[in-house]
Amino acid sequence: MGGRDATMVLLDENGIRCDGRKIDEPRKIVIKAGGLKNADGSAYIEFGDNKILVGVFGPRDVHPKHMSNTDTGILRVRYHMEPFSVGERKRPAPSRREIEISKVIKEALEPAVMLEKFPRTAVDVFIEVLQADGGTRCAALTAASVALADAGIPMRDMVAAIASGKVADTIVLDVNNEEDQAGQADMPIGYMPSLKKITLLQLDGVLTPEEYKKCVDVGVKGCEVVYELQKKALHDKYFGNRSN
Amino acid sequence: MATVSVIDELKKAQILELLEQGKRVDGRALDEPREIKIEINAIPKANGSARVYLGDTDVLCGVKIQPDRPFPDVGDKGMFMCTAELLPLSHPTVETGPPRDDVIELARVVDRGIRESHMVDVSQLVIEKDKSVVGVFADVVAIDYDGNYFDACSYAATAALLTSKTPTWEMVDDQPTVVEGGEKQLPTSTIPVSVTMGKIGNHIVVDPNGDEWASMDCRVTITTDSDGHIVALQKGGSDGFTQDEINQCGDLSIKVGAKIREQLKSAQQESQ
Repeated sequence: MGGRDATMVLLDENGIRCDGRKIDEPRKIVIKAGGLKNADGSAYIEFGDNKILVGVFGPRDVHPKHMSNTDTGILRVRYHMEPFSVGERKRPAPSRREIEISKVIKEALEPAVMLEKFPRTAVDVFIEVLQADGGTRCAALTAASVALADAGIPMRDMVAAIASGKVADTIVLDVNNEEDQAGQADMPIGYMPSLKKITLLQLDGVLTPEEYKKCVDVGVKGCEVVYELQKKALHDKYFGNRSN
Repeated sequence: MATVSVIDELKKAQILELLEQGKRVDGRALDEPREIKIEINAIPKANGSARVYLGDTDVLCGVKIQPDRPFPDVGDKGMFMCTAELLPLSHPTVETGPPRDDVIELARVVDRGIRESHMVDVSQLVIEKDKSVVGVFADVVAIDYDGNYFDACSYAATAALLTSKTPTWEMVDDQPTVVEGGEKQLPTSTIPVSVTMGKIGNHIVVDPNGDEWASMDCRVTITTDSDGHIVALQKGGSDGFTQDEINQCGDLSIKVGAKIREQLKSAQQESQ
């Protein structure tokens, strides 16, 4: 994706990153619950320059029928990027990367959603990445949790997500696109803060055992910050003065 | 790969009951992988190959090395790619046709572990900058299933790469041409080892077998390199880990991985 600028300073002598942030500072995050008229629940997130829309349908009948489970409801997730969301046009058909991300997001949400209350039904989560700038899977997972809550689906907790990583030999919170391309490690984390469970975790890049533990810790703390914004988004829609 | 039957539900109760007593269905310790058998050069027509048995899980990797056009933005580097495929003869639930999401995940996790370790030194695989580079393709096929394809495929690909021989090419009339007698060992810099751990109830088990795989709540695959650094990780499955469990799994992957790395090393030495 895009050209790499070899002269870019990832972390200056004052501990300031290439986009002006401190090492433990996330990008600007704005979450809005609701917004779509036809979906049962929806959310929109701006996470730095990422712009992602999520719509939730269900619980509803399962098609094709053989996918339904008599013991529990099923969760289906499609993570999809628009062709215009990235530097070079992306082919519209789902890539192997998108199929994998759909799967990890689904498995990150499953522990949070009380699917057993709705046997033989499906809850569909449609994630559309309108603009991507590094960390889309975390932003998407964060917004998907809010959209599920907005749909009124019983949940044990919401999953908040953010990536930690290693940039210029330093563990930082919320790796952006430039840092992901030029950095040393990227660790997306999804976490249920009330249940204290990590439900999404991936890593690529080289970390010592100590850095690994620090990365998990920084990510978990970051998720707690994101969690407050998720709750605020729901509060604003259902109890705030803003019209929706 | 992860289809659950009625028998699995019954087995799950038994597996959990045993774990409460600190035991596993097949008598292993919780942090003990199954026996690994590595058969080097199973396919002599490939540039490198390995058949790996992880317990009764059986996979085969063949490496093909050939000239290729470089990616436009990285003309100074060769190419490395690893794929994984489940053969229809490996399990009754495997169907022909496009891969399902679990197989795509498998292939990408195996590829990522090796890629992120920088095992294959792609900077040494350039024939002429921006024109022609060497492509290294490690294709893994799964032959028989008893749990944990992730590690079996990773070990097969790693063993095949460690024992691969590559021809040398030079540009003649703008075409990459094989240099007679130029065959050499594929340049590798480290030995990545993936260790997959399943969580069943509150228990972490290393290298889940087929019954454990069908019973587990979630899993994590962690790849370490020869320096004992963690280079890749993937969590999967429909539950979560606590932060303590993730830290414990990190330590386990380094400890268990170190022993398996020795075995891969001796397979490499025996082949020379």
